[in-house]
Amino acid sequence: MKSTASLERSRRTSTILTYVALIFGAVIMVFPFVWMILTSFKTVEESMMVPPIIFPTSLSPANFIKAVTSLPFTNLYLNTILMVLFRVLFAILFSSMAGYAFAKLNFRGKNILFGIVLLQMSLPSQIFIIPQYQMVAKLGMANTIFALVFPGLVSAFGVFFLRQTYMGIPTEIGEAAYLDGCNQWQTFYKVMFPLTGTSVAALTIFTAVFAYGDLMWPLVVNSDLNMMTLSSGLATLRGQFSTDFPTLMAGSLLAMLPMIVLYLIFQRQFVEGIAGTGGK
Amino acid sequence: MASITFKHVEKTYPGNVTVVPDLNLEIQDKEFVILVGPSGCGKSTTLRMIAGLEDISSGELYIGDRVVNDVAPKDRNIAMVFQNYALYPHMTVYKNIAFGLMQAKVPKDEIDRRVHEAAKALDLEPYLNRKPKALSGGQRQRVALGRAMVRNPAVFLLDEPLSNLDAKLRTAMRAEISRLHKRLQTTFVYVTHDQTEAMTMGDRIVVMKNGIIQQNDTPQNLYDYPCNLFVAGFIGSPQMNFLDVVITQKDGGYCAQAGGNSIALSPEMDKAALAPYVGKTMVLGIRPEDLEAVDAGSSHDLEGKIEIAELMGAEINLHVDFQGTRLVVRAPSTYAGREGDMAALKLKTHKIHLFDKETELAVAH
Ligand SMILES: Nc1ncnc2c1ncn2[C@@H]1O[C@H](COP(=O)(O)OP(=O)(O)OP(=O)(O)O)[C@@H](O)[C@H]1O
Ligand SMILES: [Mg+2]
Repeated sequence: MKSTASLERSRRTSTILTYVALIFGAVIMVFPFVWMILTSFKTVEESMMVPPIIFPTSLSPANFIKAVTSLPFTNLYLNTILMVLFRVLFAILFSSMAGYAFAKLNFRGKNILFGIVLLQMSLPSQIFIIPQYQMVAKLGMANTIFALVFPGLVSAFGVFFLRQTYMGIPTEIGEAAYLDGCNQWQTFYKVMFPLTGTSVAALTIFTAVFAYGDLMWPLVVNSDLNMMTLSSGLATLRGQFSTDFPTLMAGSLLAMLPMIVLYLIFQRQFVEGIAGTGGK
Repeated sequence: MASITFKHVEKTYPGNVTVVPDLNLEIQDKEFVILVGPSGCGKSTTLRMIAGLEDISSGELYIGDRVVNDVAPKDRNIAMVFQNYALYPHMTVYKNIAFGLMQAKVPKDEIDRRVHEAAKALDLEPYLNRKPKALSGGQRQRVALGRAMVRNPAVFLLDEPLSNLDAKLRTAMRAEISRLHKRLQTTFVYVTHDQTEAMTMGDRIVVMKNGIIQQNDTPQNLYDYPCNLFVAGFIGSPQMNFLDVVITQKDGGYCAQAGGNSIALSPEMDKAALAPYVGKTMVLGIRPEDLEAVDAGSSHDLEGKIEIAELMGAEINLHVDFQGTRLVVRAPSTYAGREGDMAALKLKTHKIHLFDKETELAVAH
């Protein structure tokens, strides 16, 4: 019989190794963020020193003031919030309805239509940028909130994701509602939709995070600085030849604030949502 | 008046799967009818056609004297209890029970009265504010019954409502549903796999196979006079024993010859029906309780070796090998023979069933 002491020892060794690995990973993940905070307080010279210095010499808010004055931050915040809000609302609305239909209704051409949804999911979104821009421009809607929201009106991923959720709900529940006198629409919104809470929360988080970080589309469609989002607005701080990194970092930090606050509030749902979708 | 009548009803699923080819069945008002049959025989399909969850491919379905083929479920005055209960997980027990009435725009105080009445009848009052997740299986089952009850339906449809419960709870709920039927005085159509449920609860049992009704009779008649080999084997547990025999005639009486043994048939058997089978092979059926294990010394019909002896408490089930055919005998627990011993068996002649080997139909009982 192996002694319990040696068993205990080997278990402790493996625990220590696990922790070392996790701490190492955490440091790597956190490093860019910490570096960003440090840089946002440095002067331009300090930020470009070779070898690099770690800590800024003073904690002056100069870079933050510069960022706020050189960009219309109120507009950027507002535009971003509206874009995220509408994209989330539409993603939930349309993905839920389409997901329910694909999962629980029988109609002609269902499989072909769902195949198209899957196909769209497997294509890189960049290839849609030009046609989408042409559509928005033809509508005369460039430089509007609508333009920012447009590609997020429907989400192939959302449709697929909610279809899976609805597939997991026993058909008998819908049938019971039907027997209880619900029509198809009432069955959907009184009985089925309320059962998808966790998935809808996950979709909300995903859509919000993605919309928040989306750079390419806002940059393409809204060229007026006042109609830009935080991400595209910040991108304008990058010069063609040189970049004022401390100001960019200060601006980015300001742009991250709402997301950080939201994350702190919805931490649990965030983690569950990511675990639930099997993403990342 | 809520009788149910199927007239030449056919059900074909998309993809040309005909599940119910031609169903003719009458269920009387206030009757408790059980649908039984092997898995996939179309019991649920039949029930769901009554509910209006499946359309009818051809033929007519009447509830009362109204053809309901094209009537929406909510206008059929029926209620259904599902096998998995299908409660609404996000609603409280109260709301689950009230939901149908709310949809029908019944006044609030009337809803309240009816929900409390149902909850009282089903012992659910302490749980009205709970969600289904916080209930036991039996309580969920009662909520499902309550949801059906409050609507005062003319027809109750139940699809294997007890199959998710453990044996003890099942016995209790069985009694509860029977009581409910007596109290409500409405038509019940009840689908089950379970022998005991079928035999104890129904006024009438409909045995189905491949969407075709095999026999439609009272539990007692079904047990005593099965109309074919399928019903004989399906009803009763342990199953009826079957044995190939050759019919012979001796001194004006009939005998069944089984591997060198001669079994005298009861003189009460229908002689005219048996006459054409003289010299031919038939299938003899005898239930385990109608086979007696007797002393080897006394007169007996068959002999075989005991392969398994299952002690069931008050009695013992002997699995006896008779020339390659396994016979199950229900003997009193005082019976001395054990595995490996020889058993002498005697048939209760008036309990013998004889079936045509080709058509599998019962010829004489
Ligand atoms: N939507 C459908 N499409 C095609 N075939 C179906 C459909 N629903 C049921 N069936 C088939 O119809 C047959 C009868 O099904 P049904 O559910 O009525 O059986 P059942 O007697 O209730 O069986 P069980 O005891 O297993 O519940 C089965 O063979 C089944 O595969
Ligand atoms: Mg079934």
